[in-house]
Amino acid sequence: MSRLIENFLIMFGKEPQKPATLAPAAQAMVAEQGSKEGKALRKRLIFDERAHDAVSHRWRNWRWLSIVAVNLLFVVSFRADVQLVEGALTASRFVGFHMADLNSALQVMLAYKHVVVNLLIGSGTVLVMWWLVGGRSFCAWVCPYHLLGEIAEMIHLALAAKGWIKDHPLHRGVRTVLWFVFAGLAIVTGYTVFETISPVGILSRAFTYGASLALLWVALLLAIEVFYSRRFWCRYICPIGMTYGFVGAFSPTRVVYRLENCLHEGKCRDVCMVPHALSMTKIGYAGDVKLPIGADCTRCGMCIDACPTGALEFDILGLDKLL
Amino acid sequence: MSWLSDLFASDLRPRQREERRRVLRSAAIGAFVVLGALGGYLPIVMKWRERLRPPGALAEAEFLSACIKCGQCLQVCPVKAIRLGDSLDGYGLGAPYISPRGQACDFSCDVVQCVLACPTGALAHETTKKEQTRMGLARLAAPQACLARQGKGFKGAARGAAFAGKHRYAEIDRWRPIAIADHPYDLESCDLCVRECPITGAISMQPLSADPTEKRRTPVVHQACVGCGLCEMMCPAEPAAIVVDIRALWPDVGGA
Repeated sequence: MSRLIENFLIMFGKEPQKPATLAPAAQAMVAEQGSKEGKALRKRLIFDERAHDAVSHRWRNWRWLSIVAVNLLFVVSFRADVQLVEGALTASRFVGFHMADLNSALQVMLAYKHVVVNLLIGSGTVLVMWWLVGGRSFCAWVCPYHLLGEIAEMIHLALAAKGWIKDHPLHRGVRTVLWFVFAGLAIVTGYTVFETISPVGILSRAFTYGASLALLWVALLLAIEVFYSRRFWCRYICPIGMTYGFVGAFSPTRVVYRLENCLHEGKCRDVCMVPHALSMTKIGYAGDVKLPIGADCTRCGMCIDACPTGALEFDILGLDKLL
Repeated sequence: MSWLSDLFASDLRPRQREERRRVLRSAAIGAFVVLGALGGYLPIVMKWRERLRPPGALAEAEFLSACIKCGQCLQVCPVKAIRLGDSLDGYGLGAPYISPRGQACDFSCDVVQCVLACPTGALAHETTKKEQTRMGLARLAAPQACLARQGKGFKGAARGAAFAGKHRYAEIDRWRPIAIADHPYDLESCDLCVRECPITGAISMQPLSADPTEKRRTPVVHQACVGCGLCEMMCPAEPAAIVVDIRALWPDVGGA
């Protein structure tokens, strides 16, 4: 329970802390790694690992395929009249079943001040679905802006490597404040105010129904990501991400960390969009030998691809007992 | 709350100074995002432009709050009458509207498909028949332009050969709307607005005088009119002699 609360607090903006107490197994492992032989072994292993350094993009490729396929499905359904998924990412029908984006549905209900039955059914379906597959996996596996953000991030990193630009990190608490501001604005104005700037809705509608002026806003956001602040929308701003983060906190599908395999090189945190969720990979931050990554994790698999020693991997809670 | 006092302190270590910059930067960007969203909301507050909504739409304020901006209504429309609003249009980014002069709703789906498609009831599900919808009311806005009032007939395509608008002509194909340009008319006295009206008893032609040789006639709108705007699309006068008053109701125009 306390871990869940801590999980939420970190999602809301708190900096992760070193745990006050370690589980006995973790304590033993830390002592072993901290000994003279342990340190020498770590040094040698890191040296070996760097000698045959191979970069994998396995999960990223699957993910990009998924984002393109899902968004293409919406477009083809309409343009070619296949009618498999009708609508946009805000709300749709999948072979006739209602689906509603959790944040969009929440905004509508706060603005309209009615409980809309179809929306409840639609968001219920979506809630169960994303609970099963990991909450913010919506971000990494479906959201079209995420893919654009990744490309912007590559440009950002290339420019930063040349020393032409510098990343300007923000306080993660901004997103929490904005989540409540947009919920409040929906109640007060009676209009889904966030929808006017939501890049998810703007892009999803533009793909299916044609370009709109609102795309300029998305271009502006991407320009900020490239030139000013790395992944600023997804990392610090997007309330949709936080809504799905709540779901992800309870999800059985997650990335788990194994202290035993970790050399604490920090390669995972370098590629991660939400590195605060990977704080346990820092020396002395893992309270146990096996830990799930926090609520903010988008299950994108970048850390798994980046980790040279297999300390991070996908895991489905209870699957081993089921099989 | 040490960061709060740090914001105003002058003797800070570099690390604290960086932290202060980060907090100020975050507040500025957060404010920028909220202002951007309010900017998107501004055209709606100012009601820049009123638009004809699809059949069954709730009252405007409720409609705007309930609409989830998914475009499912647009997808099911057989004549593609429904379009989605853009940022500066002033009727809601992604919210559906109809421009009847370009393409009016002719109810050729028969069962108000857009209402059935709406996941939020912004197009109210109580509406099950086309006769129940209340989008507005037709009005003869420019009587002097009306061909019937001049005693004239009409020959040719109602809106010219280049017009892309569609209409379902039950006598030609019950199920498939065709281009109006492909359906030329030859009328002794123009009655396009009455002839093609999809609602029974919404509009009729009446002679302008009691003289039995009177050729001039005028369209008269009745209470059954739902304001779909088909007459506005059909009218061969340029600009249309008959138009839809958006969201006008029968009592507004002095009806009982």
